[in-house]
Amino acid sequence: MNARLLPAALLMALATPAVLAQTPEEKGLEIAREADSRGEGFGDFQADMKMVLISKSGQTSDRELRVKTLEGTGEEEGDKSLTIFDTPRDVRGTAMLTFSYKTRDDDQWLYLPALRRVKTIASRNKSGPFMGSEFSFEDMRGQEVEKYTYKYLRDEACGELTCFVVERYPQDENSGYTRQVSWIDQQEYRTWKVDYYDRKESLLKTLTASDFSQYKDKYWQPGKMSMVNHQTGKSTDLFWSNYRYDTGLSESDFNKNSLKRAR
Amino acid sequence: MKNWLLTASLLTVPLISPAWEFRGEVALEGRYFTQDSPYPQADYSTNGSGYIKPEVFHEWNNRDDLFTFIPYVRVDEHDSERTHWDIRELSWIHVGNGWESRVGIRKVFWGVTEGRHLVDIINQTDQVDQVDGEEKLGQPMINLSTVRDWGIVDVFVLPGFRERTYAGEEGRPRTPLPVSDNAQYESSKENQRVDFAIRYQQYFDNGLELALSHFSGTSRDPLLVPDSLTLAELQALIASGQLPSGSDPEFTPLYNVIDQTGLELQYLNSGWLWKLEAISRSGQGERFNAVDGGFEFTQVGLFDTATDLGWIVEYIWEDREDSLASPLASDVLLGTRFTFNDVASTEILAGIIYDTQDEEKAISLESSRRFGNSLKASLEARFYTDTGKPQSASALYRDVLRNVNSNPGLGPISRSDFVQAELVYYF
Repeated sequence: MNARLLPAALLMALATPAVLAQTPEEKGLEIAREADSRGEGFGDFQADMKMVLISKSGQTSDRELRVKTLEGTGEEEGDKSLTIFDTPRDVRGTAMLTFSYKTRDDDQWLYLPALRRVKTIASRNKSGPFMGSEFSFEDMRGQEVEKYTYKYLRDEACGELTCFVVERYPQDENSGYTRQVSWIDQQEYRTWKVDYYDRKESLLKTLTASDFSQYKDKYWQPGKMSMVNHQTGKSTDLFWSNYRYDTGLSESDFNKNSLKRAR
Repeated sequence: MKNWLLTASLLTVPLISPAWEFRGEVALEGRYFTQDSPYPQADYSTNGSGYIKPEVFHEWNNRDDLFTFIPYVRVDEHDSERTHWDIRELSWIHVGNGWESRVGIRKVFWGVTEGRHLVDIINQTDQVDQVDGEEKLGQPMINLSTVRDWGIVDVFVLPGFRERTYAGEEGRPRTPLPVSDNAQYESSKENQRVDFAIRYQQYFDNGLELALSHFSGTSRDPLLVPDSLTLAELQALIASGQLPSGSDPEFTPLYNVIDQTGLELQYLNSGWLWKLEAISRSGQGERFNAVDGGFEFTQVGLFDTATDLGWIVEYIWEDREDSLASPLASDVLLGTRFTFNDVASTEILAGIIYDTQDEEKAISLESSRRFGNSLKASLEARFYTDTGKPQSASALYRDVLRNVNSNPGLGPISRSDFVQAELVYYF
């Protein structure tokens, strides 16, 4: 258990009657594990993504990219993914290869087509904006259970569903957040909303997911994700489309050779 | 150009599937030179230029076959040498199980450092196109690549040699003497020699990346040999930047056959990216070694904004003891990059290369941003300083040759400081 959570856990233990077998921390972790397990076993998928960046005055700017993901199989290994940028046109053909890990920093490489060069991304840039959007690099990365500690807060109605409200704390010291509060429905364990609190503990952003579709009779994916920055007034809408599972991706689609011809 | 067109014609591409993609870029460039040219043939202070680079792609066989065609044409207002065309790419890639073949004209980059690309050797530099040496000519090749758990091995057969491009007499910046079109080759096959290269690369999950390479063939860097140049002419050249009337000497590029072994190392640890490139080359005079090593570090979210500030520090060293080259090169690169992470992807890059031997500095400033979805604008400035004139005649002689042969970025383009604006449209 995280040292920072220890006093809170002790307080809880003192304040609640002994009949409560599960601490809020344990329940939070259990919910996160359940949500994670419902996404497991997908194998591989490909999808298209469109980002619409909206300025404070309402001006919009688009980015289009495609994502290919292969599920990780090892103990330590997370997913492998390839992101290919289509617009804006000056970054067209740029591709990013990510090997994610459960307990340590991801390995990331960027292919720059004009130079025919593969560059290693020094991955401390977690809180920085992804392509100038309100999504940061850490928002776009794999949300491995091990990268956070958790605390269950309460049950709360969310639309027609009932949600668990769970707080989670990034373990990474380079994270841009102190905590995130997420609303996860009790039926399908989909994340509908997340409030992000910055390093100064003020509310920074809110993510709202909608238009969920189910694939392979199991996996729920949002069609739209909206990130609103409360401090700048800017927002980004992210639209997912063309979700395809079992596309035949394998390890050989995720190395430096395949990165250089990713199209 | 004949021999590489021949190689290209070996490609047979089935023209059946409709999955063709056509795109490209077109650009306009304007330069303002802040100093007067020492050369009467290049006596102007503004220059306009432009290029077009269409790209054709085609995929078939479930994306296991990829055809690429990228021609390139540049037109320059003053320099007839800079007005040139090239086939940057005309290639067919076939992907097998654990291997791929790449046949045709292509561009390949090797290396990790920013200061000098020591290891990078497959393609010839299109020097007349960009003074930074990043622009390359298409190289005919047959390249086989295998991917295994223990690394990626690339084998290259390189038929046909491309000569380095140089600015003409009307060009700015240009070499002190014009470069002759009649290159000299050590190989009796001249530019028809078939060269070979091999490279092994591996990535370890503790943040270490390694590559070892060997190249055997005609050197991409020629030695520029001044022909029929008397010491008096040379002294006149250095003193005034002009030759006495009536003399018409040129540099003749001499392409030796070399063997070059290269090492690339990179280590990423908590945001610090450590880099090293080293080469050992034989065949161009005495065997010599060169090293470029340093680090890159990025300060994320500067002053609580979205701006990142990247630092690049590298030390470049070379122990070349050739009479035609410098006794020792020892340069320091310091670079900073501001990345604003805004909608327009605004960036500012400032760099200085300091030659610790004779205290010359090359300073560059580059900034760019996007307008809308298809337009990118960049501003660039390049300044060079050199302090004092060498004293003795032999030092003079060595200086001009050293500058040309082992330090192409500095001396010879002194008095060609410039500011450049470029607009690129992507279609």
